[in-house]
Amino acid sequence: MRLLGHKLSIPAQIGLAIIALNLVMAIFAPLIAPYDQAAVLGDAWADPDRQHWLGLDNLGRDLLSRLIYGARMSIGLSFVITALSFFIGIVTGFGAAVAGGWVDQALSRLVDLLLSMPTLIFAFVILSVLGSGLPVLIVTIAILDSTKVFRLARSVAVGLVSLEFVEAARLRGEGWWWIITREIFPNAIPPLIAEFGLRFCFTFLFIAALSFLGLGVQPPDADWGSMVKDYRDMINFGYAAPIYPAAAIAILTIGVNFVVDWMLSIHSRGQGEGA
Amino acid sequence: MGRLILQRSILGVLTLLAASALIFIGTEILPGDLASAILQNQATPETLAKLRLDLGLDKPAIVRYFAWLLGALRGDFGHSLANGRDVLEEITPRFANTMFLAAYAAVVAVPLAVGLGLAAAIRQGGVFDRTVNVLTLMTISVPEYFLAYLLIKYVAVDLGWFPSLANVSSDTPFFDRLYYAFLPMLTLVLVIVAHMMRMTRASVLAVMASPYIEMAILKGLTKTRIVLRHALPNALAPIISVIALNLAYLIVGVVVVETVFVYPGLGQLMVDEVSKHDVPVVQACGLIFAATFIALNMLADILSILSNPRLRQPR
Repeated sequence: MRLLGHKLSIPAQIGLAIIALNLVMAIFAPLIAPYDQAAVLGDAWADPDRQHWLGLDNLGRDLLSRLIYGARMSIGLSFVITALSFFIGIVTGFGAAVAGGWVDQALSRLVDLLLSMPTLIFAFVILSVLGSGLPVLIVTIAILDSTKVFRLARSVAVGLVSLEFVEAARLRGEGWWWIITREIFPNAIPPLIAEFGLRFCFTFLFIAALSFLGLGVQPPDADWGSMVKDYRDMINFGYAAPIYPAAAIAILTIGVNFVVDWMLSIHSRGQGEGA
Repeated sequence: MGRLILQRSILGVLTLLAASALIFIGTEILPGDLASAILQNQATPETLAKLRLDLGLDKPAIVRYFAWLLGALRGDFGHSLANGRDVLEEITPRFANTMFLAAYAAVVAVPLAVGLGLAAAIRQGGVFDRTVNVLTLMTISVPEYFLAYLLIKYVAVDLGWFPSLANVSSDTPFFDRLYYAFLPMLTLVLVIVAHMMRMTRASVLAVMASPYIEMAILKGLTKTRIVLRHALPNALAPIISVIALNLAYLIVGVVVVETVFVYPGLGQLMVDEVSKHDVPVVQACGLIFAATFIALNMLADILSILSNPRLRQPR
């Protein structure tokens, strides 16, 4: 198999298959899931049988159906947050590189400061005051995460702004928005895609951790992190219930990491050949 | 070199100051005021007025910030809104527990990671190297609680070797503590070993590409001797700094692991108090975590300055 003109490694093929499977689950959840995510179907912690492959959960809901619906919430939410953080990070990062001078200095120092804070702790402080509604969660994490995108976007753009075609656009009298969207962005896409995979993974794990700690997605929506939290007491009685959603999280992040690892390796090899 | 270290230390102090401001601003950004956010639907005009007075909300924000910061420097973090206890008293034993767990994990993880990294570098491209590479990529990718629950299910419940809850108290003897905290420690070790090991391998291999290593190979030295005696000393700076960074991660990463194993540490306290909107305790925990994190980052930079032979020479 080949992708982007490079041969896919075996881990990368596995990774792509995992991502595709998860996307199908997330998009077609109502069609695939045998039962509704909130339907109570029997006794709590009923053992797995033919109708309920993974058994029922703490409220008697079908565990497999909740896992499938959970893909929707967990993946969709992380995707929205990552997209927003990329938007903020790319606009400010490219803006800093194009503007230069004190704008660049001020933004870079602010980002250095935010990066030196542990993200989880800062998120806690904000969530303790604002509570954890979805809009608060999305904006808080997107802003905290955009600092890392800013770093990369700025360093890529700094390399690009000194090139002739950007200079030509400036001399033509184009505005900074044109320069960012038409001159710099198309040339910065390859490194940004690999970073998008990494940041998605990070956000995904971060949301899951917050939900697991009871500060992320709130019931009754099914979400993998909060499912681990809801089922965790049963582990002491020998039930594997919290392991299923945790494994779903683990498998998806491993898949994304396999693909990102492969993308980074073709990227660095490409540079080596050119030099 | 002294100047570099001094510069880095001053930067660290400034960062800490700014971090404290951010933690404080974090509680100021909400629309409306803190008192109504804390009380939510239990707010009556009287309770609101009392809490506002209690939190000093009648004074301007900048005055409250400096009052809070100066208090924190003297160890006075105010008192908890949930149970009225002194925040410092609440935090001290928890912090000691967290440091114990982090130190326990570090003592096991650091030698293991460096050893595995060197072994992988010596056998670069071999079966051992590739196996370790895929395994560590996997343990980096998975969430801590996944590993933790696997350990609980198979090691604690099915085999019964270790307790699944690490419920230590202040009078638990030292060796019992080591036993109770074994599974939380193992989870943390699995998480951080991967990163440190990959970094050790990468920095040794980066040095292996330089001409003087080629010289050593041409002299006919063994691979083990080249890696240990020639490459390792020059690869030490990035290894030391990644170790310090992972220790900083440990201090923060314990939050999830503490919750899984119901270990009475600072992270678990912070999670509990966040859902109770107990702002003074959350602020204090946040400040302590941030301070430890920033201090370890600073230490990482200073150690890498010290271990770099080019910077160690007096100019």
